[in-house]
Order: sequence, then C-alpha cells, then structure tokens
Amino acid sequence: MKNEYLKLLIPLIAVGLCCGADWPQFRGPLTNNVASSETPPSKVSPENIAWTADLEGRGASGPIVVGDKVFITSTTGFNQDQLHLSCFDAKTGKRLWERQFWATGRTQCHNKMCVATPTPASDGKRVFATFSSNDVVCLDLDGNLLWIRGLSHDYPNASNSLGMASSPIVVGETLIVPVENDDDSFTTGLDVKTGIARWKIKRPRVANWSSPAILKSSPEAEPLVLLQSSEGVDAVYPETGETAWQYEQGAGRIPSTTVGDNVLYVPSNGLTALAPGSSSEPPKVLWQEQKLSPGTASPLFYQKRVFTVNSAGVLTCANPEDGEVVWRLRLKGPFSATPIAAANHLYLVNEKGLLQVVQLGEEQGEMTGEIDLKETILATPAISDNSLFLRSDEHLWKISSK
Amino acid sequence: MKRSGFLFCLMFLFSSQTALQANDVAQDIAQIKQVQKEGQGNLAASKAVQQLSQADASALIPILSSFEGANPLAVNWLRGAFETIAANAIEQKKLPVDKLEKFILDKSQNPRARRLAYETLIKVDPKAEDRLIPGMINDTSVTLRRDAVQRLIDEAKSLEKAEKKDEAKKVYLQALSGATDDDQVKAIVKPLRGLGEKIDLQKHFGFLSDWMIVGPFDNGDKKGYDAVYAPEEKIDFTSALEGKEGKVEWKPVNTEDDYGIFDIAKSISAYKGAVMYCAADFYSAEEQALEIRLGTPNAWKIWVNGKLLFARNEYHRGMVLDQYIVPVTVQPGKNVILLKLCQNEQTESWAQRYQFQVRIARPSGTGVRSQKPEATTQLTP
Repeated sequence: MKNEYLKLLIPLIAVGLCCGADWPQFRGPLTNNVASSETPPSKVSPENIAWTADLEGRGASGPIVVGDKVFITSTTGFNQDQLHLSCFDAKTGKRLWERQFWATGRTQCHNKMCVATPTPASDGKRVFATFSSNDVVCLDLDGNLLWIRGLSHDYPNASNSLGMASSPIVVGETLIVPVENDDDSFTTGLDVKTGIARWKIKRPRVANWSSPAILKSSPEAEPLVLLQSSEGVDAVYPETGETAWQYEQGAGRIPSTTVGDNVLYVPSNGLTALAPGSSSEPPKVLWQEQKLSPGTASPLFYQKRVFTVNSAGVLTCANPEDGEVVWRLRLKGPFSATPIAAANHLYLVNEKGLLQVVQLGEEQGEMTGEIDLKETILATPAISDNSLFLRSDEHLWKISSK
Repeated sequence: MKRSGFLFCLMFLFSSQTALQANDVAQDIAQIKQVQKEGQGNLAASKAVQQLSQADASALIPILSSFEGANPLAVNWLRGAFETIAANAIEQKKLPVDKLEKFILDKSQNPRARRLAYETLIKVDPKAEDRLIPGMINDTSVTLRRDAVQRLIDEAKSLEKAEKKDEAKKVYLQALSGATDDDQVKAIVKPLRGLGEKIDLQKHFGFLSDWMIVGPFDNGDKKGYDAVYAPEEKIDFTSALEGKEGKVEWKPVNTEDDYGIFDIAKSISAYKGAVMYCAADFYSAEEQALEIRLGTPNAWKIWVNGKLLFARNEYHRGMVLDQYIVPVTVQPGKNVILLKLCQNEQTESWAQRYQFQVRIARPSGTGVRSQKPEATTQLTP
C-alpha cells in the first residue's frame, strides 16, 4: 500500500524538483522576498544568462512565474495608454502570447516610474494585472480574458499624478487592490472569479506606493492582509476588509512591511519590529531602530536576520531580537528593487542594472558575483525554477546555473 | 438527383451554421456591451467573452464595428476577444486582410477599432504601413495620425539635412497640422522656428490666455477647498469681495507663455494657504462635445456655465500638459469657465508652485480656439 502511495508521489516530487515553486506576486508567495526551496546560482557571471527576451515600451513591474510560464506587464504609446500583459515560456524565453488593453484611467506618471509599475499576481489558475491607470484585467494562463475592472473609470478621482505603484496580492479567493492616493483613496478586495468587489474600504487620503503583505501567524491561522500607509499599518481580514488591529505610529509610503517568524518589520521610525495584535489587543512594538531605515527597497527577514538597504546603497544585517546591527556591506546602488533571498544568498539589482549576489555569513556578508545587465532596472526580480528572472524596459532575463 | 440533394443539404447545413454563428456573435457582443461600472454585468460578459473568443475569423469585423457606442470598459472586453480570435486566425493564415484594410480606411468607424485593425493587419502585411499611414495626417485616430506625423517629421528632417529648406518648411508645416502629442510638436516647432517660421503654439493647442482673476481667499488648513466663496455663487466682475487679506477685486491677466501657463506665484504673489478664482469666456459657434484639458500642481475645481464639472484635491504631485481631461458640452455662444485654484501651506521648495494652464480640445487632442463673439450664433447677454 505504501508503495502505491509512493508511486503517486514520485511524479509530484519530480515536478517540484524540476519546476520549483511559483513566484506568483510581488515579493513572492508569502510577500516576504524569500524563495525557501530554490537554489539560484550563487556565483553569477554573464555565462549564467539562460535566455533573454525582448520587451517593448516601459515596465517597472516585476515578473511573476506560474508553472512554466513567466508573466510580465508593460505599456506603450506616447501616453502609455496601451496596457500589455505578456506570457513567456520559462524554459526557453519564447513569447507564448500577449494581450493588450486601453487604459481607462489617467496615465500620468513621474518620469522614473511608469504605468506598468504594479507587479501582476496569480492564484495559479488566473493572472491579474493592474496598472497605474487602476485598470485590472484577469486572464487565464492561456491568455483568455476572464474579466476586467476599470477602478478609475468607476471612481474618477482615484488617481495619483505621480503614478500608482502598489502591487495587488491574492489571498484565498480575494484579490486585494490598493488604490491609495490624495483624493478618493481606497483599497478593495475583488472576487477572483468575477472581479466584483467583496469589499471596499476608505483609506488615508495620502499618496501611497507601498504594497500589502500577508501575515499568517501559524499554519492553521487565518491569514491577515497588512495595509501600510502614512498613518501606520492596518491588519484586515481578506474576505471582508474588516480591521483586525491597527498600528498607529505612522509608516513610510514607499518601502513595504515584511513579515518573518510572526514579527512585522515596518518602515516606521527607522524600522519598527512589531508583534501582531489581535481583536482585543493592539500590536506591541518590540524595538525601533533608525539605523535600519530602508530607502526605496523593502526590508527582508531571512535566516533569523533582518536586512535593509538604505538610500546610500548600504546593506545592513541586524539581529531581529533587538535591532542591533550585526554587519554592514556597501553595495553599488542606488536600489529601487527589493532584495530577494534564496539558498543563503541575497540577490540585489541596482537601478543601473547591476545584479549583485551576497553570500550570508554570521560575521559578514560577502559578494560572490555580479552581472552588469547595463539597463535601468527598477523591478524586483522573481525566483523560480532555481533561476532568477529580471526585467528592464527592453528585456526579460533568466539567470540560471550553468 | 441524389448527389444534388446531398449537396443542397450540405450547403443548407453550412449556411445554417454560419447564420447561427453570426447570431451567436451578435448576442455575445450585445451581452459584453452591457458591462457597467463596479463590475455590473461582469458575470454574463465573462461567459460571453469566452464564447466569443472561440468564434472564427468572420467575427473580427463585427467585433470591431461594435466598438462604436460601447463604453471604455466594454471596448476592452471586446478587444480581449478580438485578439484571441485574431491570434488564431493569423496562425491558421485566415486573417481577413482585405476586410481589415477596408475597415481601416472607413473613417466613419470607431478610431480605436481602426487602429486595432491596423495593428493586426501589419502583423501579416508590414507593407500596409506605407500604403495606409501617409493618408492619416488628419485622422480622428490619435495614434494613426501620430504615425503619419512621424513620417512627415522624418521626411522634413531629411530635406533639411539636404539643405532643401523651403521644402522642409512645407513638410514640417504639414506635419504640424496633424500633431497634437507634445513630443512631436516640439520636434516640429524647433526647426520651423529655426527656419524663420512664426508659430503660435497657444493657438495650435487651444490654450486660454486671457483670464479674469480674484483672490486670495483663505485656504488655511486646506479648508478653502470645500469653502464656498462669493465667485462660486455669482460671477460679478464689478463688485469688491471679502478676501483673506481684505477687499479683493477681479482683474484681467494674460499669459504669453507658449503653453498657456499663468503663474500666480510669479505674476501676482506667492500666496500660501490661498484660494484664487480664474474666469475665462469661450465662444462656440455650435453645441459641441469638447474637452477641458488642465495642468496644475494645485488642488482645483472647475465649473462651466455654473455647473461643477470636476474637482481634484491633490497638491504638488507635478504639472504636465493635459494632466486632467474633463469632458464638456459647450453651448452655442458664450461659455463661462470658472477655475478655483487652491494653494496649501507646505514649506518645502518643491511645494511652492501656484500655476495652471487650460486648453480646449477635441477628444482627438486637436486644439479648439474660442470664436470671436460676433461669429457665434446665440450670444448670451
């Protein structure tokens, strides 16, 4: 009988080993920047570029990977009002399909970012693409349209003249879409099957470019969605949008909260470590450390250490117990992309397209390789298939072990 | 006899199936066009779009034709189905290229549908660009026109390089007649001015340059945005009003800036925590659907003929040409535009701008100038 089970499991194990885990949204499966079962190359060089695919237009959104497909958004047109969602074969880099839509909301953006700045998300069956115009499109993995929403079309004052950048996340059957700005500011939870709102909550009327994170206290616990704003962090139930608890000491509007070992690391008063609250108790501040204040890139918790990158390009490793700095490493910045982690290494790509790999040690971090991709890269990379996926405006790269 | 009967049956079956498909396509399109705000109609549209996406290439032209009268959300749904069918048709070498070309050339069709038809056609027939684009210089499709303008810019540059200045000037002027995107306008105007041509950019874009202005009124703690001051009740240029710093009066101002920018901070005063009201007249020979295109780094409200069209409570997130596009139907004769412009109290160096630019344009982006009052038919007193 046991052998029968084994026979059933072998193909599953093989698929897992062969294809690796998906990277289905901004900052990965758990929105914590970590690929726990992946082993991308630890010593990178130009020979590690498995393939390069051409892109057109603009795009600061990250790639996502579902099964053997890579999805990416971009925009074209003088006003960036042509919205593209493209699908590539993860093994070969071949473009499998592309669909385009017209923006129904405003497409004005700061020159540095663009209309395709939010990273798409997937629940494994569907892919959801959002744009600065607040258009939301849902297609199946083969490019068949399932539904569309135009949130600025519906709510014309939901926009930001500098552009919207927050990425959506999927939790269960709900797609959480932040539309936080100076005027009609809200976050909504859309039914993944229909695009119809399960809930829509008012949010602080201040431009906000941070993205939601997932808090799952234990394997059995109901996940909460962490919505960060200038006022702090709200933990909300993904199915209803109701607030579970709030942290009200203010927070940044660009780098986003991350979670590690059931502690939140919030870009607030430098960096704040926060024990989650509950419906009866507020969250508890464990420590706050100005030296760990992140720049644009979000903080990272990995292997019992907290990491931040500041605006000067310095990577700081700290003790999560007390925020004490353990080591620092000056990298070549500046960084917009958030660092990602796998197999005892951090992967950091700067705005000039220089990918830097840092091996983690107890006493120090050590640079183990770099690749100069020589193009502006603002997007956070993805890890899947034991490889890194990076994008600029012009190209999508897969970087693998030789 | 038996053979002809069999053939007849086959033909009947084929024509029935074709009619059935055409009927299904029409029904699916009609269903998709029902989608409305907030996901209303999404469930039925989702089913319809998945069915429609299975149709053969004969559905392509009906889908394009249905863009007319569809709301922007429905247009995107229809596009989703069109692209799936077109991708299959291209793979099967069954794209109806002649019908697509005919559709592109039919200027009574929806501009976006014609552009989509063009982008699909050039995937299999790249030479269509040379055949079709040169005739699009004054097209209602913004993007087809943009391509036509670009060809003329490139041609003029070559002529200029070859020292054929008169010919270059002629081609640049032709390009300018169709140009509405600012990057192209700049690429045309700079060399034209270098060649000695005088260009009135205010006229080209349709900027309003003459305003009556009054203020400041109080906007401490940004409360002036919601406050209703006298100009919102009645525009009377002759009476003095109670302002933030005492009595204030309407006064005429004018801008000679190429892009119609009137800078309150530089031309009047760098007010903080202030509200200014700006009024301008726009005369139209007829009722027409136009757009007010506004740029400002300040919070604002805009009324036309006493009706509030739009309001935006956002400060210092940049200012660009056509930053906000507000649809408006102007009446024949005089139309009074009232702009409320609010400055907050931020002290940072990047938060000091207090300025605006307003132009009137067609939905295609082409500027529309105010007519002379005597040229309009129904002047309001």
